[in-house]
Amino acid sequence: MLKDSDRIFKNLYNDFGWEIESAITIGDWKDTKEICFKGKEWIINEIKTSELRGRGGAGFPTGLKLSFVPKEKGVRPHYLVINADESEPGTCKDRDILRFEPQKLIEGCLITSYAIGAHVCYIYIRGEFFREGERLQQAIDEAYQKNFIGKNSCNTGWDLDIYLHFGAGAYICGEETALLESLEGKKGLPRLKPPFPALVGLYGCPTIVNNVETIAVIPTILRRGAKWFASLGRSKNTGTKIFCITGNVNSPCNVEEEMGVPLKELIEKHAGGVIGGWNNLQAVIPGGSSMPLLPKNVCDSVRMDFDYLLDQKSGLGTAAIVVMNKDQDIIKCMARIAKFYKHESCGQCTPCREGAGWMWRMLERMARGEATLKEVDLLFDVTKQIEGHTICAFGEGSAWPVQGLLRHFRKEIETRNSSFKNIYCY
Amino acid sequence: MSLKKVATNQPEFFKFSDENLNKAKKIINKYPEKKQASALMPLLFLVQKQNENWISLVAMQYLAKMLDIPYIQVYEVATFYSMYNLSPVGKYFVQVCTTTPCMIRGAEKLVEVCKNKISQNQNELLANKICSWMEVECLGACVNAPMMQINEDYFEDLNEEKTKEIIDMILNDESPKSGSYKNRKNSEPESGRTTLINLKNA
Repeated sequence: MLKDSDRIFKNLYNDFGWEIESAITIGDWKDTKEICFKGKEWIINEIKTSELRGRGGAGFPTGLKLSFVPKEKGVRPHYLVINADESEPGTCKDRDILRFEPQKLIEGCLITSYAIGAHVCYIYIRGEFFREGERLQQAIDEAYQKNFIGKNSCNTGWDLDIYLHFGAGAYICGEETALLESLEGKKGLPRLKPPFPALVGLYGCPTIVNNVETIAVIPTILRRGAKWFASLGRSKNTGTKIFCITGNVNSPCNVEEEMGVPLKELIEKHAGGVIGGWNNLQAVIPGGSSMPLLPKNVCDSVRMDFDYLLDQKSGLGTAAIVVMNKDQDIIKCMARIAKFYKHESCGQCTPCREGAGWMWRMLERMARGEATLKEVDLLFDVTKQIEGHTICAFGEGSAWPVQGLLRHFRKEIETRNSSFKNIYCY
Repeated sequence: MSLKKVATNQPEFFKFSDENLNKAKKIINKYPEKKQASALMPLLFLVQKQNENWISLVAMQYLAKMLDIPYIQVYEVATFYSMYNLSPVGKYFVQVCTTTPCMIRGAEKLVEVCKNKISQNQNELLANKICSWMEVECLGACVNAPMMQINEDYFEDLNEEKTKEIIDMILNDESPKSGSYKNRKNSEPESGRTTLINLKNA
C-alpha cells in the first residue's frame, strides 16, 4: 500500500481546512518561484520524465501535450483551460479537489500557464457544482490577495488571470472541443480534429485543455521530482490516482492509491468489501460508465492501470469503480447507462444520436425479457455502427459498455429472452 | 438530448436590476474584447437567478441585444443545456440523480418519496409554487449515493426516511441542512479511515 507520505492530496478528507493558510502549511506554494525560474523547457521535460498521463479519462501523456503548443508566441495569445466538468457517472474525484485542495489546482495553473506561455486561464466547472465553484472562487481570491496569481505572480514576473466559467448541465462539454465551444458561448458540439486545440483552440488560439487532477498533481511532481513520481506504479503507468469506489460496497469512498493497485485490494481494504462478500460480486465497471465492465473472474486478479485494463478490453478511464453484486440486475444497470448516453448525446452525429436511443430501447426490452434472440446480434451490430463513426469519443463511450455487457453476460440476456416469441418478424 | 418545454405564459418585459447589471458588466469583462458572446452562459444564469429560477423568451432577446449576438444563438444555448429552466419551477427545485451508481444504491426510493410527497409526475409545479421535482442524470457525487440536489445544495447519503424528512421540511418552507446524511465526513469511508491516518492525528 502507498505510504501516507507519498500521497499528493493530503487534505482529501478536509482534515486541515481548505483555506490558503492551511494549504501553505501542508506544502502548497512552496518554492513556486524557483520552479518557474528553472524554465519552461525544464518544466515540460520534467513532466515528460514523470510519465504523467491525463487523469480525465483518455490517459494522454501530459508532457507531450504541453509540448504541442508553439514555442514562440505569435500574434495569437495562448490559453490554458481546466476541465472541471466532471460528469462521468461514478466519478467524483475532481469535486473533492475543488472543495478541499483548490490551491494545488491554482498553483498547477500558474506553473502550467508559465510553461505554455498563457496569461489567461479559464476553469470550466460543471454548473451543478455551484457550492464547489463558490469555494474555488474564494480560493482564487485568496491567491490573488497573496499575489500568488495576478500581476507578477509569485514574483516570477509572469501575469496570470484565472477565471471561473460555469457549465450548465451538459455531459458532452467534458469533451475538450465541446468545452471550448461552450466557453465561446455556443452549444457544446465537439469540433472535428485536427486541428487540435494545442494549435487552434479557444477563439482560434493555441490552447491546452487538461483535467483538474492532472494539473493539481503537477506542482508536487516538480517539487518532489519526476523520478519520485515515476517510481510509483510501473513504466508508462506511473504515479498516484484518486479512485472513487461506489456501488454495492460496504463503505463507498474516495481514496488516493498507487497506480496498478489490485482492484480487489481497493474494494476489500478501502471500501469495506462487496456487500454480501467477495463471492457475491457480479461485475465491476473499472473506469466510469464509458468503460466496459469486468466479470468477477477478471476482477479477482486485475490491477488498476491504463495498460493492464486495456489488455482486459476495458480501460482505466477516470478510475471510478462501480461495483455491482449479484443482487443487481446487470441488464437493467446497463440499460440505465444507455439511457444516460441517449439523454446526453449532443445530437451532432447521426450514428450517436439515433444509435444511443436504439441501444437504450433494446436493452430495456432485453431487461424485461421481451426481445428475440436475433436482436442480441443486432444490438452488437448497432454498437459497431456507432463506434468510430462519430466526431468525438462519445460514440465509443456509449457503445463500449454495451459491448462489455454482450461480451461477458450474453448468456444472461439469452436465458431471459429465450422464451419470447415476437409476432413481428425481424 | 433533453426535452425542453418553453412556458406558454410569457412575461412581456425583462430588464436586469441595477445590481445585476453591474455583475453582468463584470462578467463580460472576464472575456477578451469582441468575445463577449462567451458571457452568454453566465448571464443566462444571472437572468435565471433574478427571475425566480427560470428564463423567459423576452429575457433571451434582452441578452441577445446586450451581447450583440443573434437571438437564435441565445435560444440555441438556452435550449441545449439542461440547467436552464424555460418554464417556472418551484421555489425549492428538487433534482434526484437516478443514473446507475445512484440507482444501485436505491435512488428509486427517493423518486417514490418525491412522487408521493410532491407530485405524481415530474416537473409539475405545486399550486403554491413552493416545490417541483425532476429526475436528472449523474450529479457527480457518486461516492455519496444516493443523493439529490435542491436548488444549489447537495443532499447526500440518503435513504427513504431521510428524504421524507427533507421533503417535509421544504414543503413547510424550511431549509434543511445540506451534505451527508450518514455520520461521515465528506467522502471518507464510513467504516473508518484506511489512509491519511497519521496525518489526521499529527
